Amino acid sequence: MTYLSIENVGISFTRAGRTNEVLRDVSVKIEKGEFVSLIGHSGCGKSTVLNIVAGLLKASTGGVLLEEKEVNSPGPDRAVVFQNHSLLPWLTVRENVALAVDKVFKGKKSKAERNAWIDHNLSLVNMTHAADRRPSEISGGMKQRVGIARALAMEPKVLLLDEPFGALDALTRAHLQDSLMDIHARLKNAVIMITHDVDEAVLLSDRIVMMTNGPSATVGEILTVDLARPRRRLDLVEDPTYTHARAAVLEFLYARHAKPAMAA
Amino acid sequence: MANTSTIAAPVVTVKASKPKRAPLVTRSTLNTIAKNLIPPVVVLIAFLVIWELLCSRPGAGLPPPSRVVTEAWDLIVDPFYDNGGTDKGLFWHILASIQRVALGFALATVMGILVGTLIGQSEWAMRGLDPIFQVLRTIPPLAWLPLSLAAFRDGQPSAIFVIFITSIWPIIINTAVGIRNIPQDYRNVSAVLRLNPLEFFAKIMLPSAAPYIFTGLRIGVGLSWLAIVAAEMLIGGVGIGFFIWDAWNSSHISEIIVALVYVGLIGFVLDRFVAFVGTLVTRGTATA
Repeated sequence: MTYLSIENVGISFTRAGRTNEVLRDVSVKIEKGEFVSLIGHSGCGKSTVLNIVAGLLKASTGGVLLEEKEVNSPGPDRAVVFQNHSLLPWLTVRENVALAVDKVFKGKKSKAERNAWIDHNLSLVNMTHAADRRPSEISGGMKQRVGIARALAMEPKVLLLDEPFGALDALTRAHLQDSLMDIHARLKNAVIMITHDVDEAVLLSDRIVMMTNGPSATVGEILTVDLARPRRRLDLVEDPTYTHARAAVLEFLYARHAKPAMAA
Repeated sequence: MANTSTIAAPVVTVKASKPKRAPLVTRSTLNTIAKNLIPPVVVLIAFLVIWELLCSRPGAGLPPPSRVVTEAWDLIVDPFYDNGGTDKGLFWHILASIQRVALGFALATVMGILVGTLIGQSEWAMRGLDPIFQVLRTIPPLAWLPLSLAAFRDGQPSAIFVIFITSIWPIIINTAVGIRNIPQDYRNVSAVLRLNPLEFFAKIMLPSAAPYIFTGLRIGVGLSWLAIVAAEMLIGGVGIGFFIWDAWNSSHISEIIVALVYVGLIGFVLDRFVAFVGTLVTRGTATA
């Protein structure tokens, strides 16, 4: 039994009478606790796949099964960390997480339990110290951490990350990748992460799903990254498995599926 | 010896710096106050002097400021007198007008935000209602008065209705724009959380659209104040508009001028009050 199954998903958008097929026959099976990255050139429909799993978009063909049940609307069991954090600017850090916790666990946990759960999730991403600040008063990396805390606080079956560190500088990104690995090691959620960063994909993932270019993008190849956990970035630099995986992804992206329209 | 001197030295500097610092701060605040206050005061004095010169000639239509003050002195020094009927101090007239505005404007705020939300959310409602609203909003406030008098058969609700119908359009239009500009991200967040429509309205829509809504409210309160003075001239009773009309009928031009100063000041205060509430409410949103 597969935990999360993306089965033959295809999607087309019709605009002004012209139908544009974005995805065709995307199939990926993900086990409980597995960390899977989606990588591909921009415009290949990675985010579309994620939005379909999240339920924010409806597939034209095929579908998504989570624990054998079809997914057709958004819900907290598939929490999303959005690329641009999407924190509500009029709420403090704590209130942003509280909005999710109070909604998802209303009736299941008491007020005190919910408060403790909010605090727990803030401390998980090391944001307890800034709990009462507003998003405009904290750095980009901190906002993204709060976004992760908000998503984790929903206790999702699958955590969906849409280029979570794309807008951050390299040092902050490395730091957050380490935190994410720690959290994943502890919680063992299934994770789907979209990225365009090859090192990030290899470092974090159990498997890397490489997508071909659109239109009609699909899964080109799936690479299993056979590295023991916990992984430490410094030890991996010279590791043959790591360098081999990295080379394989680079080869796929730049030799076999180089972006054709770059010149235009 | 050396020790005592080193201890004594900082004590002296602390003592010296404390009284020095306090006047420094007040001087800079005084400077900024002066910078903001001197130009309007100078302009005001110049204006009054020119007015005095122009209207002191015999046969001038309007009284000069000096005569305004002497003639309307009772009115200026005691705004709280009440001789029964409509013979009251300016405070009571202003209060009556503000009460009408408050009621009409509050109704317009509630209705305007609800209708604006509907138009902002539903393409169909926008297509259907927008053309009608674009025509209705150009109708001058006073043109509604005969109609509302016919409907309500009483001055008080008619005046409130005129305020309502005058101030609701900018509130509706600005709310709709604010709702339409809610980022897709916030909608996605609420979809993932499965917020119900009521929670979405209260927790996402209102705060997200608040800066737009308050722009509409500010325009609306300004228009209400414009409309109430004109409406009260026609419906009578207690109110600043009626007071002005009454003064005109008794040829008390000086009283009219004093009342106009009050009307202007109150309008200014109302505008600033709504703006102030807006900055309080939209603290986080504006800097997003």
